[in-house]
Amino acid sequence: MSTQATDMVHDEHDDHGPAKGIGRWLFSTNHKDIGTMYLVFSLVMLFIGGSMAFVVRAELFQPGLQLVEPEFFNQMITMHGLIMVFGAVMPAFVGLANWMLPMMIGAPDMALPRLNNLSFWLLPFAFTMMIGTLFMDGGGPNFGWTFYAPLSTTYAPPSVTFFIFAIHMMGASSIMGAINVIVTIMNMRAPGMTYFKMPMFCWTWLITAFLLIAVMPVLAGVVTMMLMDIHFGTAFFDAGGGGDPVLFQHVFWFFGHPEVYIMILPSFGVVSHVIPAFSRKKLFGYNSMVYAIIAIAILSFVVWAHHMFTVGMPFAGELFFMYTTMLIAIPTGVKIFNWISTMFRGSMTFETPMLYSIGFVILFTIGGLSGIMLALAPVDMVYQDTYFVVAHFHYVLVPGAIFGIFAAVYFWLPKWTGKMYDEGLAKLHFWVSFIGLNLTFFPMHFVGLAGMPRRIPDYPLQFADFNMVVSLGAFLFGASQLIFVYVLIKTLRSGEKAEQLPWDGAEGLEWTLPTPAPYHSFPTPPKVD
Amino acid sequence: MLKKVTVFGLFFALVPSVAWSEWQLNMNRGVTDTSASVYDLHMLVLYICIAISVVVFGVMFWSIFHHRKSKGFEAHQFHDSTSLEILWTVVPTIILVIILFPATTSLINSYDSEDSDIDIQVTGYQWKWRYKYIGEDLDYFSVHTTPADEIRNKATKNENYLLEVDRPLVLPINKKIRFLFTSNDVIHAWWVPAFALKKDAIPGFINEDWTRINEVGIYRGQCAELCGKDHGFMPIVVKAVTEEDYAIWLKQQKMLKQQEALASKQSWSKEQLMAKGEEIYNKNCAACHQPNGMGMAPVFPALKGSAVALGPIETHLDIIFNGKPGTAMSGYGEQLSSVEVAAVLTYERNAWGNDVGDMLSPADVDKLKGGK
Repeated sequence: MSTQATDMVHDEHDDHGPAKGIGRWLFSTNHKDIGTMYLVFSLVMLFIGGSMAFVVRAELFQPGLQLVEPEFFNQMITMHGLIMVFGAVMPAFVGLANWMLPMMIGAPDMALPRLNNLSFWLLPFAFTMMIGTLFMDGGGPNFGWTFYAPLSTTYAPPSVTFFIFAIHMMGASSIMGAINVIVTIMNMRAPGMTYFKMPMFCWTWLITAFLLIAVMPVLAGVVTMMLMDIHFGTAFFDAGGGGDPVLFQHVFWFFGHPEVYIMILPSFGVVSHVIPAFSRKKLFGYNSMVYAIIAIAILSFVVWAHHMFTVGMPFAGELFFMYTTMLIAIPTGVKIFNWISTMFRGSMTFETPMLYSIGFVILFTIGGLSGIMLALAPVDMVYQDTYFVVAHFHYVLVPGAIFGIFAAVYFWLPKWTGKMYDEGLAKLHFWVSFIGLNLTFFPMHFVGLAGMPRRIPDYPLQFADFNMVVSLGAFLFGASQLIFVYVLIKTLRSGEKAEQLPWDGAEGLEWTLPTPAPYHSFPTPPKVD
Repeated sequence: MLKKVTVFGLFFALVPSVAWSEWQLNMNRGVTDTSASVYDLHMLVLYICIAISVVVFGVMFWSIFHHRKSKGFEAHQFHDSTSLEILWTVVPTIILVIILFPATTSLINSYDSEDSDIDIQVTGYQWKWRYKYIGEDLDYFSVHTTPADEIRNKATKNENYLLEVDRPLVLPINKKIRFLFTSNDVIHAWWVPAFALKKDAIPGFINEDWTRINEVGIYRGQCAELCGKDHGFMPIVVKAVTEEDYAIWLKQQKMLKQQEALASKQSWSKEQLMAKGEEIYNKNCAACHQPNGMGMAPVFPALKGSAVALGPIETHLDIIFNGKPGTAMSGYGEQLSSVEVAAVLTYERNAWGNDVGDMLSPADVDKLKGGK
């Protein structure tokens, strides 16, 4: 027994590279390979979800029905939301966690490599099933990504069952990923790295993982209740059987609100690495940043019904959720002020990761401010379910999650690949994205305030002008992502060799590794003091 | 110059709808006291948000402009300040409290639906609204009337495109009107921006809200909660009139109702029923079963050649009357008059190549109604 153990230890010291052929990817237990698969998967999903948004914006380019039927339009908005949330943003963050966490805390790999493999390989099957519903009789899910009952139960197309199972698989995958993150961070930090010396990205992901474990089972619960209502004669959400359609919304948003923080916290982490690196200065207020994340995470469990101000809650409920929602503005503000203080009196340069991070701070702040407006229950009676809401959550999610991911990819790509990306093209990618994004989402505030409801395939004439601008902006934003793909391919094929520390201001264990990072990150843990 | 004009001309030729559109940027003040207070609150918060952005982004851009390496600026290594952290926790808290005062007052006000003058029950249906004047024996449906040709871009769109209905909700001004919202199928939301009133209509629930309109006029809104295929095609039109006009209108409606009851006693020929039936079918049934009776499988079955439309007349009538539980088909017994039920049933049995040949007279429907 003891000889066997020594042999195994001995084996691990051998510097073996990746396995050959497809087996490297199918059976991989390597955090970098799995991270790469997550990131590529999420990029593919970004384009699928994006092309659905393209259909939506093309139909809304002019008033009248031109390209698609309302039924298919509803399927497109539903799938766009589901794919972007569960297929593009969340897997991208898990991919970044896979790549970066072991490198940042000085570990050789993630703590649970086989679980890691399983959690990735559930996703392609889940999404094949979900996208497959579009080709079934009666079409795919058409009830919005929030799938309110009874539209998603009694009145749903038959394919809803496949949608429910796809959600279950995605949920299982997320929970496994989250467990892996928590176990890795808690057990595999290099000697000397206390919690309060941990890089911000690890902190944000640790909190995110706890949020995931807390709320994904709630999502699983709500879709299971739907399944029972549809196939087994229960009436959880059917008023005719004594059920309660509003219960669905409470359970869904109890998952849904922490979910939006799941999609933003890791970006907070990324930006907290990039801004200090390019300001050549330490992150301002590290401790208060950590406390702010914890405060946001805790508050996220007690604000859910601000998505439901018009369902007819009692006065006290309305007041409670208005006040708690306003509270979230305080820790979020602390984060923004800290980032700006980090930049203040630094020695800044503006490479692409920095541009994306500054874009993140500006646009996320705009989305946060419209969030304060939406938190006010009496005014929300007007904003609710209009394009003002669409503008708000795209301002927090696109620059929030997606710009954060772009910043991370450009920041760490030299370390991952050992090659430098084309700075000029990458900056072009940023500027076209930035202009396209604002052209798309800013006018949505105006049509929303003027009274345009969301999720409609056709609209009254007074909204025509801005909708055309929005559509043009959306096409530009979508097209600019092709530049991103081109930059990636060009880097891999002909990028110049990157130095070990490509950014002179960057700090952290990941930069002490050779470039490109070796297959097993830290076989022996480094010492942190 | 000429080139510019052609380019513009081309642009407008491609975009015929531009004629009616406008670049509206902000919320309207509306025509009720509630909507005015909501508007004021919205503007207050908007200005506060703009002020915050000016300060925050001002500092940031000043720093971006001055503190750059290309200008030879050396980084100052400071990274903690407890007093600053306390400052930017306390100041936002104070700002939030300032906002919450008017917000709370406004919310208290909107929850006070006591002592109403008129009560109206609003029921959402896929995809139309039903208005019941409680205590007035008046109850009707309001269906959108935008012609399919305009939606399909075969005709020029009119000014009120997608915001027009056959029978608007008529309300008197200066009266406290209490609404009771519910739904017959999925969740809808009744929304008139000019009243700053939006409330979900939920099956099994009755939600309350109220308004008091200050000005005569026509106010338009739309359903705000995704409710299925034709969510974008269930507008709300409210006609606010003076009290005198409202009284006259109520009388007229009651007379019309009596005439309708008489109509079902008359004898109707099959041709008359077919003509009436086509009209009723296109208004109420065609959204799902399609104008050509082909339906949209598998959720909305075809009527052409269907076992129901060609089968026993009693089963067919029962489905039109009571709907089919567990499907999207709701009952039309309350919504359609006897004449209309008879007409649409006769039409479905004899149109698009269906040739059962029989018909049902309004008097028969009345009889069956009495039997139930």
